[in-house]
Amino acid sequence: MAGLELLSDQGFRIDGRRSHELRKIQCRLGVFKQADGSAYIEQGNTKVLAAVYGPHEVKGSRAKMLQDKVLVNCQYSMATFSTGERKRRPRGDRKSTEMTMHLKQTFDAAIITNLYPRSQIDIYVEVLQSDGGNYCASVNAATLALIDAGIPLKDYVCACSAGFVNDTPIVDISYLEESGGGPELIVTILPKSEQIVFLEQNSRLHEDNLSKVLDVASKGCKDIYAILDRAVRDHVSKVSNVANTTE
Amino acid sequence: MADVNYSEAEKTFILHGIQDKFPCREDGRGCEDYRHMEIETGVVSNTSGSARLRLANTDILVGVKAELGVPSPEKPDSGCIEFFVDCSANATPEFEGRGGEELATEISTVLSRCYDNSGCLDLKSLCIIPKQQCWILYIDVLLLECGGNLFDAASIGVKAALYNTRIPNVTVNQEDDEMEIELSDDPYDVNRLDISSSPCIVTLSKIGHYHVVDASQKEEACCLARLMMGVTAKGTISALKKEGWGSLNPESIFDMMETGKKIGQVLNTSLLNVLEEEEKSGNKRKTVGFLK
Repeated sequence: MAGLELLSDQGFRIDGRRSHELRKIQCRLGVFKQADGSAYIEQGNTKVLAAVYGPHEVKGSRAKMLQDKVLVNCQYSMATFSTGERKRRPRGDRKSTEMTMHLKQTFDAAIITNLYPRSQIDIYVEVLQSDGGNYCASVNAATLALIDAGIPLKDYVCACSAGFVNDTPIVDISYLEESGGGPELIVTILPKSEQIVFLEQNSRLHEDNLSKVLDVASKGCKDIYAILDRAVRDHVSKVSNVANTTE
Repeated sequence: MADVNYSEAEKTFILHGIQDKFPCREDGRGCEDYRHMEIETGVVSNTSGSARLRLANTDILVGVKAELGVPSPEKPDSGCIEFFVDCSANATPEFEGRGGEELATEISTVLSRCYDNSGCLDLKSLCIIPKQQCWILYIDVLLLECGGNLFDAASIGVKAALYNTRIPNVTVNQEDDEMEIELSDDPYDVNRLDISSSPCIVTLSKIGHYHVVDASQKEEACCLARLMMGVTAKGTISALKKEGWGSLNPESIFDMMETGKKIGQVLNTSLLNVLEEEEKSGNKRKTVGFLK
């Protein structure tokens, strides 16, 4: 990208991070009362809300019902004011339909689906502000919401993106770095077993560099896992403290 | 709205509570009391103005985006405002897909009717070059949780977001026959909107023989009919709409209008007070958004 140096000679990125540093992550569980589980996450300037309903009986057409496992239903939408230029529709465009499919695929792999046959779990993700890494923030928020709803998961699901600039892999890329046209790798892993549940690469990247970028992205996922785990433990201890004092 | 069915006994309980001599609603409020309200402005940084309102369980996020556009032929010398409401599936699974569209259109039409009045918002100040360029304010309301009284909450959120809106200053240079617009580089060189006469919606729900404000979701289930009105700080009514399957007496409509006016005035002034107080704390204030 002309005029913009994504990685300076001193090793700093546009927003002042080093190549291996994530953006600041802040999150909260139990944002809403009506949903069975809900969570909010901020990754830098990307802000995402997720809500989980279920498991409940299959709504709508019964043809969708699965006899041997739970039906995971996702919806990804972006607030019309979330992007720099106003969006016309919050959902239903090609990009968000694709994102919905990706989320469904990811959580089908992570939820222990055989526990709830003939039922449905809804995962609704709403992007309030987008600044790159929307998919990653959505996955991380949805994981927290699923944990808040008490739905059995194989493991946390953590997603992280990585790019490749000046022969250096950079982790958790922002919108500016995404739109630079360089390669982008999105990885979702189950951190304990290090299994990859979702992998996507945009643009061109030399095969020799793939493992380097993949390593950086998985390292980012594990860092995110540590943050999410701490948030969950904080939340649970807070909730149990309240329960103890009211007893 | 949300998929709750209340039994006859439960409905009667609510009805009797309101009919009693000392009106007492299920949550202990009087007939003219609002529930606890929390408001914060400037929560979405890539908008021109934004606000988040939480009214008990109702959660609303409003974003205002100012974009350059062409004024409408009917009003060539003023800007435009456009309302868009999105009912997020986060609020209830019923809103998934296109499920929330009906409610969303209903809210956005009531809002636009409330603001469709030259006294409510000075749209002329949004005009840059008559017939050619003006600011279009896209006011997007995102409904995140339904806890009753969505219309009032949406309008309060909209007013707060408009208060928070900052529109970049533009200068028009005329070169020969061509007009050139120059946006100011300074992010602090902005114009604010005057919202002192913008309306807030007050909904009065008729339950039994009485009417209450700020009906909760349960009360909305027992409500026969409701009257919505856009009330400004001066007590003028900018829009009026009756809704619901029940019918209303002409007398009770006037009764409700009187109550609505009174409450709307208090609501408007206290909202403005809260917004001004928040503004005074200036840059020291940390936005909490959904993190609290």
